[in-house]
Amino acid sequence: MTPNSGTGTSATRRLGVLVIVLAIALALFGLRFSAEDVVQGSTVRIMYVHVPSIWTAYIAFILTAICSGVYLSRRQRSLAWDRVAGASAEIGVLFVAVSLVTGSLWGRLTWGTYWVWDARLTSTAFLFITYVGYLAVRRLDGTHRQRARRSSVMALLAILEIPLVHFSVNLWRSLHQDASVADPNAKVKLDGLMLFSLFLGLVTFTLLFVWLVLHRQRTMLLEDSFADRGLDVAIAERRNEAGAQ
Amino acid sequence: MSSMKSRRTIALAVARKDVSIELNSRILTNQVAPFAAIVMVMFAFALDNEGILQRVAPGLMWLATLFSMLIVVQRSFTVESADGALDALRVAGVDTGAIFVGKSLALMVQLFVLEILLLATAVVLYGVEMTAVGLLEAFVTMVVATAGLGCVGTLYGGLAAGAKGRETLLPLLLLPVVAPVLIGATRATEAAFGSGGTAVSEGWPWIGLLAVFAVIFAVAGTVAFGPLVDE
Amino acid sequence: MDSVIELNDVVAVLGQFPALAGANLRVSRGEIVLLQGPNGAGKTSILRVCAGLLPIERGSGRVLGIDLVTQRDEVRSRVGLLGHSNGLYLDLTVEQNIRFWASMVNATEEEIVRAMSLMRIDGRLSSVKTARLSAGQRRRCALASLIVRRAEIWLLDEPHAGLDAQGRDELDSVLRHAVSAGATIVLASHEMERASALATRVVTVDGGGVQ
Repeated sequence: MTPNSGTGTSATRRLGVLVIVLAIALALFGLRFSAEDVVQGSTVRIMYVHVPSIWTAYIAFILTAICSGVYLSRRQRSLAWDRVAGASAEIGVLFVAVSLVTGSLWGRLTWGTYWVWDARLTSTAFLFITYVGYLAVRRLDGTHRQRARRSSVMALLAILEIPLVHFSVNLWRSLHQDASVADPNAKVKLDGLMLFSLFLGLVTFTLLFVWLVLHRQRTMLLEDSFADRGLDVAIAERRNEAGAQ
Repeated sequence: MSSMKSRRTIALAVARKDVSIELNSRILTNQVAPFAAIVMVMFAFALDNEGILQRVAPGLMWLATLFSMLIVVQRSFTVESADGALDALRVAGVDTGAIFVGKSLALMVQLFVLEILLLATAVVLYGVEMTAVGLLEAFVTMVVATAGLGCVGTLYGGLAAGAKGRETLLPLLLLPVVAPVLIGATRATEAAFGSGGTAVSEGWPWIGLLAVFAVIFAVAGTVAFGPLVDE
Repeated sequence: MDSVIELNDVVAVLGQFPALAGANLRVSRGEIVLLQGPNGAGKTSILRVCAGLLPIERGSGRVLGIDLVTQRDEVRSRVGLLGHSNGLYLDLTVEQNIRFWASMVNATEEEIVRAMSLMRIDGRLSSVKTARLSAGQRRRCALASLIVRRAEIWLLDEPHAGLDAQGRDELDSVLRHAVSAGATIVLASHEMERASALATRVVTVDGGGVQ
């Protein structure tokens, strides 16, 4: 890679343009063309951001787990897998945050409160914290390979942990009949156009995710090779230092 | 060097070593246990109502266990890194799975002692009353929950043990993972205590959840501990 | 010649710092090799690479014919490293420490007793917590655990540090004894006169490389 090359290629640029067009379309469909909900009125429109963002977060974490597994299982361990895993987790954390914020705003409008101890909400919060921890592990000192091995193991442990947390939180909430405010989507009767807008949201967010991951993992590649180049310089200096004496 | 002994022997030797360290230094009995007890007292200050205390006693007991556990786990790896002993074990090619099992066992023993103490504190301070079956259930809950906590604590403690500045990472990594234990153990203990009119029989499914947790992390830990501590 | 250690242009990294920038080293069986050089030259890193503790980033290396890049784990059980730290449990007594290490390998009771008396940590000292020992006493304790483990290659970082005159003499005789029993020794030391009297060969390390 030449030193001044960016993180984009013509393919990612086209993808980026497509995402922008889709995002505009989503805004039009979500905010204008689609109907209000009978019960919730206009607040239902949060759904077109809320649902796609949690969907994208799940895709991101699944991708992280798969890449981590591939990284560890290959004989010739390629750091590319680790970088995709890391990029995907970062963007996943971003989208979980978006879905938590939009969810809680939506909750405020429909339930009158920002937070209820709903099973899904609670386990989503745990999902968020778990991957914040994963990102913290990625930032620990060490060589690229140490980082890759540690974080891959962490990613695989996370997918063991998440079902356990989800299951136990569900079991916990199932004891409290009164709290079954369930999620608001259930009450929404989706007509054709609303359903279309929702799918449009899923497609848009998924493509946005792909675009972000492509760029982020290339930034990481540049960071890694920058560090490697720094190492080359340091090695050369160290050799000179030895030669000078 | 002579051939390594079996994994089981090494695991037991590591566990015995950690228990000897505790017997020699008395950190658990002289520092952690009083800390756990004062936490229980502080809860009473915060929730200034005897009825509430009795109702939430199980949750407080397990919260105090988790907080104390963070200290015990950190201590368990400080003794390893203080003079490079864990490095020495790695250089000696000692099986990391066996080290994991050994350290987990020692951690379980220490946590169990702590939990007995916290249970007694709950009975004395929060006015908890138990039937014989309830006591048995509380005991089984403690054994099974401790098995899970020991494994998961050793696993993440090992990762956080390495270089400086990692100690602060332990609570962030560990607490979300042990959420199922907090939920399961609290519900099972509520059943054992009969808090809020819960029947003793309602606790057993939760003990099942705790057992699943323990088995999963015992297996995962044996496999994952090596890559996490080794670099 | 029978090479037990072979490093070819090894680069090893600590964080992003090249601790070794192209180190070459060849050690034959039965040698006592002294690594000398200023602080930060990479002596410790060479020992840690040979022990399979520090991974080789570039270059290649073999210890006892085992590849250091791919089979680091197998190297470990056959070498003994005494680094800056002693690898002791400070809250255990001297004897508990030695017995713990003995239980990691199949050391006999006789070997334990012999190692402890050789390092003069038997008797009254054996029941003292290692945290209360002087630096030199801890060093002797660490060496005793190395003897118990019967390592084929001894990698010693500043083994003389903290030892009194008598302790140094005894250390030297232990090392000579170990070599006659088939061990190979690589040591890094600032105690030039003493160490070079002991060593069969002196190697200069500088700037993360070996001349």
